[in-house]
Amino acid sequence: MSATVLAPTLDRATTVSWKAPIAFTLFTLVSALLFIGFSSDGYAEFRFSPSNDPWQIPPLVVAGRPVGIAGVVILAVITVVSIWLSSTKRRTPIWLASIYIAVLLIAFLAWAASAAQTSVIPLAGLLAGSLSLAVPLIYGSLAGVIGERVGVVNIAIEGQLLFGAFSSAIVASLTGSVWAGLIAAAIAGVLVGMTLAVFSITYFVDQIIIGVVLNVLIVGLTSFLYSELLTPNAAALNTPPRFDVWPIPGLAEIPLIGPMLFRQTPIVYLAYIAVFLVWWGLFRTRWGLRLRSVGEHPTAADTVGINVGRTRFWNVSLAGGIAGIGGSFFTLGSVGAFGQEMTAGAGYIALAAVIFGKWHPVKAALAALLFGFTTNLQNTLSIIGSPVPSQFMLMLPYVVTILAVAGFVGVSRGPAAAGQPYIK
Amino acid sequence: MSDVQQTPPTEEQTPPTAQEQQRGRWRQAIREITLGGPLIGLIAVVLAMLVGSILIAATDPKVAAAAGYFFSRPGDTFAAIWESISGAYTAFFRGAIYNFNRPDFASGIKPLTETLTFATPLIAAGLGVGLTFRAGLFNIGGRGQMLLGAAIGGWIGFAAPLPIVLHPIVVVIVGMAAGAFWAGIAGVLKAYTGAHEVIVTIMLNYVGYYLVFWMLSTKGLLQAPGSNNPKSPPMAETAVFPPLLGDQYNLHAGFLISIAAVVVVWWILERSSLGFSFRAVGLNPRAARTAGIDTKRVTIIAMCMSGALLGLAGVQQVLGTVTTGFSAGIDAGIGFDAITVALLGRSRPWGILAAAILFGAFKAGGYSMQAAEGIQIDIVTVVQALIVLFLAAPPLIRAMFRLPDPSAPRRKAKAVKA
Repeated sequence: MSATVLAPTLDRATTVSWKAPIAFTLFTLVSALLFIGFSSDGYAEFRFSPSNDPWQIPPLVVAGRPVGIAGVVILAVITVVSIWLSSTKRRTPIWLASIYIAVLLIAFLAWAASAAQTSVIPLAGLLAGSLSLAVPLIYGSLAGVIGERVGVVNIAIEGQLLFGAFSSAIVASLTGSVWAGLIAAAIAGVLVGMTLAVFSITYFVDQIIIGVVLNVLIVGLTSFLYSELLTPNAAALNTPPRFDVWPIPGLAEIPLIGPMLFRQTPIVYLAYIAVFLVWWGLFRTRWGLRLRSVGEHPTAADTVGINVGRTRFWNVSLAGGIAGIGGSFFTLGSVGAFGQEMTAGAGYIALAAVIFGKWHPVKAALAALLFGFTTNLQNTLSIIGSPVPSQFMLMLPYVVTILAVAGFVGVSRGPAAAGQPYIK
Repeated sequence: MSDVQQTPPTEEQTPPTAQEQQRGRWRQAIREITLGGPLIGLIAVVLAMLVGSILIAATDPKVAAAAGYFFSRPGDTFAAIWESISGAYTAFFRGAIYNFNRPDFASGIKPLTETLTFATPLIAAGLGVGLTFRAGLFNIGGRGQMLLGAAIGGWIGFAAPLPIVLHPIVVVIVGMAAGAFWAGIAGVLKAYTGAHEVIVTIMLNYVGYYLVFWMLSTKGLLQAPGSNNPKSPPMAETAVFPPLLGDQYNLHAGFLISIAAVVVVWWILERSSLGFSFRAVGLNPRAARTAGIDTKRVTIIAMCMSGALLGLAGVQQVLGTVTTGFSAGIDAGIGFDAITVALLGRSRPWGILAAAILFGAFKAGGYSMQAAEGIQIDIVTVVQALIVLFLAAPPLIRAMFRLPDPSAPRRKAKAVKA
């Protein structure tokens, strides 16, 4: 897709990428087909404030067809600009791509709502729901980022989330304390992480195989114990208390984003802190430098005296603990009881977020938010009765990830030594 | 596991004498038995079943009740544990091999045919995953490939008006092509963009699931007419695999296709030049490329063949196991079980056949345990995963049972030389 063109003087080389214009052209054509070809005369109403909010922002009502047409025109203009930029050997700037995505999203929402039975998009609910779907994905993706940065592919995120959810439900029910449940979830995650570490680092077993097998094992184990122990003794073992909502004074009153970000449970605030800590730790501390050097070039790290095996072992265990805490969000944060296979593939979406976020904790967390948003958008659209089949919305994170690993969306290059055992 | 494990090569210094050679060969044989081969597999199965038994006993309410007064009458606890475990294994035997409660042999042997019925798609799927292991690839996308094979093949199965013998053949070919196409996406992306096939196949599992779910819930595609459920109409009479042993058994002609697949895959891997290039790429892709093997082509072909075998497993599900119309759960977790089957069978076709029959027995016996003793079928998943976990780490088992290490220097041979 990209070619290196050498200038005649041979003093500088410019890389021209045609990926952005190609992607833009494709999406513009599809949107033109959908928003103009299949438009309806309906109106779309965007509601910004939840109905119980003290400051109400008046809802915005727009007609579906004009917004769709205007959107397609803007998209086409951006596409032409992008083609021109590429033909003059320049890159498409990131802000232009951001505008493109925003316009595409608004036009899509207006089109989908105007064709639906109830043409109301509750934006506040949409965003808040996205965050709560994204929280376990954020924890999971942090676990994936740490694991891959230290050189161990963590396919077992799914198992760590599920075991965390399971343990936190039992311990929180028995002790009546959500915090005890949270700690139990972390310990459960650490146990799974340590198993992964022992097999992949000590016994040099293929990391992916162990990850997959651990996932299967934990699905089986938790399902078995759920039916044998938790269902007959539900009152004693599977009625955990839930975290209370702690509104942050002041910040929680900001319209639209206040309720979404700052009227949440402690486990959500912990996720914000975790993202910051992992970013700061990875790129600003000695721990992070050592961790990344082990993942990029273990031989060099070993030469300067870093114990590769030990570094990998403890960081994979730490990653397991983070994912375990994420699992407790299912039981202590959202649902309030453990259910069979309740993580439903969230660990694999978290893995997708790791790759889409280019192995960077903040970008991975944003990718997790994006995936949470698409899932919740699908929920909202199916509630208002939109014509888009919900399955295609659900597919989106996975398709985007395939495009990302194949190199169509940005350049994705993981840590060099991820997945390879280090044998002295 | 030899594809996964890294064993340092043993060094040979001076040419050994005939007597030493004899002894060396004998030693080699002992070594193969004790570590690489069947003994570790057997130990892994036994250990996993032991853990399974502990789980069964520990979650049995009768055992828990007896353990409540353990110190006054400890015998009761042990009796309850014995009853729990022996009951489970008796039910397992009755469900998987031979039901001695039945009056005659013909109905008593039915469980064994059930085992083979469950094994049928596991054989095909296990071969598919094992084939990619041999080529140094990893296909976790069995679920997606099975679903696509089942959906597209199944569509021919209920919609196409074809005569009796031709119909299932066409369904098998179309289903295999659909599975090959779905896996081929991962193969092409791996070959030309370097996208890791593990990530792509995991993602394709979900894309395939939602795609098939959408087709099943859309009128005019796969949904049964007059219904709002995401379920297809039943297969046409002409398409369904005929029973192999008469109508009283569920074993169907798909089993013969699986056996044929074992032979074909064995021939391809061990006797054809294509299989040689698979193994060469699997052992060392750089050396293979230097030797003139087109590694991109091998990657794509291996993924497509693997997908075709998983598509076959999907077709066997719709034409053999569930002929009354399928839903999006038709894969029944076989795509993931196939990974464990391939690992237990060490990616060798005949090993996979044996492993698939064992896992088929686990499934058949597991349902019987659930019905007779109320033990959840999920215990089977736990035992299967544990087998692979134990199997994956021969050093672990070796340490537990103090078996000799294959990579350790041969102390005796050196002593003779000195």
